[in-house]
Amino acid sequence: MPRRTDAHPAPERPSRRAPDPGPARVPPRLSVRRLWAMAAKEWLHIRRDTRSLAMAFAMPAAMVLLFGYVITFDINDIPTAVLDQSHTAESRDLVDAFRSSGYFRITRPLASDADISPLLTRGTVRMVLVIPPDFARNLAAARPAPVQCLVDGGDANTASIAINYAQAIAASYSAKAVLKGRTLPVPAQAESRVWYNEDLKSSNMIVPGLMATIMMILSALLTSLTIAREWERGTMEQLAATPVHRLEVIFGKLVPYLGIGFVDILLVAVVGGVVFAVPFRGSAFFLIVTAMLFLVGAQGLGIFISAAAKSQFLATQLAMLATMLPSLLLSGLIFDLASMPTALQLISLVVPARYFVVALRGIFLKGVGLHVLWAQALGMLLFATAGLGLAVHAFRKEIA
Amino acid sequence: MTCAVEVEELTKKFGDFTAVDHVTFTVEPGEIFGFLGPNGAGKTTTLRMLTGLLQPTSGEACVAGLDVRQETEAVKHRLGYMSQLFSLYGDLTVDENITFFAGLYGVRGERLEARRAWVLRMAGLEHHRDQLTAELSLGWKQRLALGCAVLHEPPILFLDEPTSGVDPISRRNFWELIHSLADAGTTVLVSTHYMEEAEYCHRLALMNRGRLIALDTPANVRRLMREPLLEIATTDGPAVAQALQGRPGVAEAAMFGRAVHVAVENAAEATASLPAFLASRGLHVDRIHAIEPSLEDVFVDLVRREGGAVAG
Repeated sequence: MPRRTDAHPAPERPSRRAPDPGPARVPPRLSVRRLWAMAAKEWLHIRRDTRSLAMAFAMPAAMVLLFGYVITFDINDIPTAVLDQSHTAESRDLVDAFRSSGYFRITRPLASDADISPLLTRGTVRMVLVIPPDFARNLAAARPAPVQCLVDGGDANTASIAINYAQAIAASYSAKAVLKGRTLPVPAQAESRVWYNEDLKSSNMIVPGLMATIMMILSALLTSLTIAREWERGTMEQLAATPVHRLEVIFGKLVPYLGIGFVDILLVAVVGGVVFAVPFRGSAFFLIVTAMLFLVGAQGLGIFISAAAKSQFLATQLAMLATMLPSLLLSGLIFDLASMPTALQLISLVVPARYFVVALRGIFLKGVGLHVLWAQALGMLLFATAGLGLAVHAFRKEIA
Repeated sequence: MTCAVEVEELTKKFGDFTAVDHVTFTVEPGEIFGFLGPNGAGKTTTLRMLTGLLQPTSGEACVAGLDVRQETEAVKHRLGYMSQLFSLYGDLTVDENITFFAGLYGVRGERLEARRAWVLRMAGLEHHRDQLTAELSLGWKQRLALGCAVLHEPPILFLDEPTSGVDPISRRNFWELIHSLADAGTTVLVSTHYMEEAEYCHRLALMNRGRLIALDTPANVRRLMREPLLEIATTDGPAVAQALQGRPGVAEAAMFGRAVHVAVENAAEATASLPAFLASRGLHVDRIHAIEPSLEDVFVDLVRREGGAVAG
């Protein structure tokens, strides 16, 4: 028997019907056309609202540039002063070794001990290299020839890196001084080779992960306005009186934002590749699938916040609070999670961006796919499900 | 279908507050059924329950042959609703609003174009199709909202204070539209707090404090006034009303425009005695005569007997 295809979404019933509470309710059928009508309307809202448009396209590009340049752990050109009390060829060789390393920028020679303190105090230099008067004599006599490095510890990170560089330069200078052109077989030597981010560039680490943070903040922020706006303007009441199903409302509102999110993913990847020369070694397909799942989760969260708050202002604040700090601080994007206190590490387990950051670095830098990142991909799937679940749960067509 | 709307003991409570209190009525197809009452009387809540926007606390409601409580979504295909606030999308054009609501109601193809043409003609917006709705005058907005609510030609139309804030001429035009819809067979349930609009309805439901205090044709409702009514033409309106308040034989005295309307126990006796009484208070009476009560007089009288309106 051919199935009756009913194009009209309204199941026509016999008009005479006793108002008995009785027989099982027929669940309302979902309609792609209604969903599409919602999506088209939502797209018109976005198109007409310059603030939303700017947020959707200018913000991600600006964030990549800003974060890409600002968050850097590469330390070069540490401003350094030298107090050379030795005034010998040997001491000048040592200073040259510092200068030519590229890590230190030798600003000026100092005349006396008294000059050191004001420079470090004012922050004019971060390090002062002091070469004592007996430096060359000690070297010639094969005695230990210590030099002093005074480091501004105000920025602990830079200070410890500066110390490491200084020690490495001093060690290589010592080896040269002792061997004087001869070679010495070293019994055990670490031959380091860096994989995936060969130049140890910070932007290679930051930019792919940044996609997670930007998508999270942006998606939740944009969608957090949508339901609340309808409540505030009173259009929700009109909408609720139509046969539109609440799933059609939620998915209809998601569609244009998913489109925007998709464009933003490409935008971030292109800016990362062109401006920061971040390599892309993985599968574009895998990136898009995981990114879209992540987007659905973040946008579902935004709609959940919007439906629960019912006010655009409150919803925006909540969306910022729920996404900005966790996805910046507890995602492993900037700060290493393993060195955080246990409590924060536990909290970070529920920060979705954390898993997406790992996936993004894997895809961009290591070129790995589902076989390595299956747990992260599963995490994205869970996040998408949870975000949608929350949105569907919170949004009711009923007027309270 | 025997009746368009059938309501029995319909009740809505918000916590301890009973917004709608055991309301029972039926509406015939093609009827214009008006809800009249002060703010907070329960008109909007009743309309919201009938349109499936609110679940009733108890009672039965049947709209277009469907049980609203059971078939909350299915019933929405058969009704049009226009809420109190302007509820179209201001950042969408006239055409885009029509397209959107047509999409939700499943109106498309040739039918959509026919309905679009009808709405534009009805609202007088043929030359403003591409204008943003926010830029339209309130009268135009209201007619467009009505058009969007009936795109799918629903048998039943619910209008919640559709003309509030609209100028009198637009209001009259609006009511002409409602009448033409009703003539074409649409059942219309409309709430208002404009007394003169109540005269346009076939039947009136007077509501106060969530309860139905009267239900009849406008003419019959006017006969519900128990006491005869006198109109006193005076230049000292407020003082006269105050002086008569609580006087033996006077049920109610209230300002009505520049005159004072007084509900009395005995019209002849009061017509004779009141001018002298007021003159003794130094108040001048130009004229005193018996009048037919207006709906507003009846309403004030009924609400007074019911123990007053809800504050606010």
